[in-house]
Amino acid sequence: MTAVPLQPPRRLVSFTLDGEETRVPEGSTILDACRSAGTDIPTLCQGDTLTPKNACRVCVVEVEGARTLAPACSRRAEPGMTVRTGTERARHSRKVVLELLASSTDLSTTPRAAEWIKEYEAKPDRFGEDAARVDEQPKIDNDLYVRDYDKCILCYKCVDACGEQWQNTFAIAVSGRGFDARISTEHDAALPDSACVFCGNCIEVCPTGALSFSTEFGMRAAGTWDEPAQTQTTTVCAYCGVGCNVTLHVQDNEIVKVTSPHDNPVTHGNLCIKGRFGFQHVQNRD
Amino acid sequence: MDLRYTDAVPSDAEREAVDALLGSPPSGWEGGTERTDEDLRWARGGAAAAKDRRDQLLPALHTVNDRVGWISEGALNYICRRLTVAPAEAYGVATFYAMFSVRPRPAKVLHVCTDLACAARGSAAVSADLTDRLGPPGTPAEGAVWQESPCLGLCERAPAALLLQAGPEAPSGPDGTAAGDAPRHCAVVAPATAPALVAAARSPRDAPAEPSAAVAVPQAGDPALVLLRRVGTVDPESLDDYRATGGYSALRRAFALGPAGVIREVLDAGLVGRGGAAFPTGRKWQATAQQADGPHYLVCNADESEPGTFKDRVLMEGDPYALIEAMTIAGYAIGAQQGYIYLRGEYPRAYERLSRALTGARTRGLLGPDVLGQGYAFDIEIRRGAGAYICGEETAIFNSIEGQRGEPRSKPPFPVEKGLFGKPTAVNNVETLVNVLPILEHGAAAYAATGTETSTGTKLFCVSGQVARPGVYELPFGANLRELLDLAGPPERLRAVLLGGAAGGFVRPDELDVPLTFEGTRAAGTTLGSGVVLVLDDSVELPRVLLRIAEFFRDESCGQCVPCRVGTVRQEEALHRIVDRTGAAADEDIALMREVGQAMRDASICGLGQTAWNAVESAIDRLGVYK
Repeated sequence: MTAVPLQPPRRLVSFTLDGEETRVPEGSTILDACRSAGTDIPTLCQGDTLTPKNACRVCVVEVEGARTLAPACSRRAEPGMTVRTGTERARHSRKVVLELLASSTDLSTTPRAAEWIKEYEAKPDRFGEDAARVDEQPKIDNDLYVRDYDKCILCYKCVDACGEQWQNTFAIAVSGRGFDARISTEHDAALPDSACVFCGNCIEVCPTGALSFSTEFGMRAAGTWDEPAQTQTTTVCAYCGVGCNVTLHVQDNEIVKVTSPHDNPVTHGNLCIKGRFGFQHVQNRD
Repeated sequence: MDLRYTDAVPSDAEREAVDALLGSPPSGWEGGTERTDEDLRWARGGAAAAKDRRDQLLPALHTVNDRVGWISEGALNYICRRLTVAPAEAYGVATFYAMFSVRPRPAKVLHVCTDLACAARGSAAVSADLTDRLGPPGTPAEGAVWQESPCLGLCERAPAALLLQAGPEAPSGPDGTAAGDAPRHCAVVAPATAPALVAAARSPRDAPAEPSAAVAVPQAGDPALVLLRRVGTVDPESLDDYRATGGYSALRRAFALGPAGVIREVLDAGLVGRGGAAFPTGRKWQATAQQADGPHYLVCNADESEPGTFKDRVLMEGDPYALIEAMTIAGYAIGAQQGYIYLRGEYPRAYERLSRALTGARTRGLLGPDVLGQGYAFDIEIRRGAGAYICGEETAIFNSIEGQRGEPRSKPPFPVEKGLFGKPTAVNNVETLVNVLPILEHGAAAYAATGTETSTGTKLFCVSGQVARPGVYELPFGANLRELLDLAGPPERLRAVLLGGAAGGFVRPDELDVPLTFEGTRAAGTTLGSGVVLVLDDSVELPRVLLRIAEFFRDESCGQCVPCRVGTVRQEEALHRIVDRTGAAADEDIALMREVGQAMRDASICGLGQTAWNAVESAIDRLGVYK
């Protein structure tokens, strides 16, 4: 029989969310409360396995009495607070944030971006044709994955996953400042020359597709990437005895990428180079 | 942590510079050239030790930059080995600061201010002339490279420039010059002309000496002065002079009152922060003192970088012991044993004066394990910034001191709970701290008798731009803008006054009766901010002033949150488009800026993004710039 670890009981915090009395466990964020109440708030830099960085500001909500809006992903619910998620002010900021992002970066592979842009009536084109863009070429310097920073929204998730939150490899960090800030290795070295161990945990958390498997990048470029036609099979990695779950994404009977379930209590979505990229032997038929 | 370093090795000069700061490598694992048998059998340190040393990263980057002028891959790699920091992270920190370069550049770097106050006094002509003589900014010439710079805090002598020459420490003896390497030097050229700048770039040591800090205080010697009373009348290098003019009587009174008594006095005096936010200082101290977690820290925010602000520089250069005494009192009140002065990197003279004053105070037992024989241990360390306006934000300071990128943290938690090194911290501006001295010397009631009910005491104003006598002025709260301008000699045809700096707002010539108090400016829809009063006459093209403000925010945004990182760029683009337009031709872009501005104000993480649209908005709405 499996022992189920029990958390100590948590007190409930009651506050007002969009006019409804809401009770959530102490320590919950406003976003947690919204999600349990079924309220949809857009998020980009928030990750289910990472400490919120609240850098993208697309999840801002209005907290009564506060001078500025609060990021729902990281602001904890406090007793008695009154939160409104759909006010004109909050929706305005979300709209502008989406416009600023879409006018400077390529959101074409960001899940739900197009849907939110429509919902918030964002018009990224209105900054004109000369609006500055991030303008980066894809960095292809190894066989395993591609860094296409034209799609990067600087959410810091890859940095956090590579650093002390998961991998403790510290191969990448944010360099530069302001609009010129980029995710970079030391001295912008190519990945094989950097500290990167190719665990691919940065790809796992990237919310925009800026980091992708070489297989996916190549297939997208060739126009053969067909996500609806793919199947996903979660199995156990056979390389060592840890027993990580791997989810194989298969298209036309070929593994095209590997992810890992985030709710797995051992790996939390993390893998090593073998589990993440060592799938070629399955399909090399020569 | 299993860090991977590169194979790049430091030059001898770089290694020496880092070792001078950090000492010799304790083992082959931490940058030593060889691993001994003992090293191979025993690995010391680890992640915990690395954490303790991370805060030496910024000083180490400075020491290499000071020695060589830029930070090479070998030097960065060596610093990383010495401190057990991941190279990618150190690279991210080094590239965050404008004063560092990770590419080769000449040892002499000439920073030519093109910011608001200098622009109002002809910096554009200086830059153009300099371009003719030395080539465009960034082109090495004469063993130097010049670059345009944000406000250098020398606004009373605008247009200003600062030359920093990297090299070995100046030799103490006459024959001690290192072979072939000119020693480190800095020179301030203000007011600047292109010929003077070229001469300074050629031979920094022959540049004329900087005038005394008193030049910045037109009221110097006036008996009514409180905070500025010693500036220009007392030798700033002499502790004896400081004590002869009442110095250290406030600290004695503080010891007599006890920490709680000091906080009560400061609360009763009604002192509020002078950095811009006007938060009650006594409440901040009380909240810090009450925290059970320890140790407590005191941080003096001397990263004065708001364009047009130079009051803290004048205080630190003209009366350095006052800041040290005030910090000792603040540290005593909040229960801190360690204080930090986070000083902006562009203030070499303040650094030198404060460093000497710290040594003087330590020698005389006014800092150290037993201050004034009262059994209270307190010391102060100066940490230099490296060219990042954002590091004046109270939580960005913590990250900068800790050796991280100077990005603001989200609040809550507030610094009084989790500040520097995650411990309870009080952060106060230089001017705020110095106000504590008159409070304790004369009592809270006497202090509060000056000023208005909610703005007590006196306030320093940095008057710059087109006035006859620019400088730092000290006036009791309650004086109005007209009285201040009359002192400074206003221009004949006044067009506008920028109050509070780039993050502040404009007022019109018909609004000069606005009382210069926190509540008065707030009621008038503007702000005192850090005390900037930039005076512009009608020869100034306001759209270009706004463009410079927008450039400033774009350059200084840390890049962490989207509204500020991209919003400041879009704001600048829109201002570019309408720089020569008015009326209906500008309407669309103004509407666009309003929308972006609102999102920056509402959704940015910190005060930089939240205020990046203030001045532009006030110029549009109050001055009608584009009508």
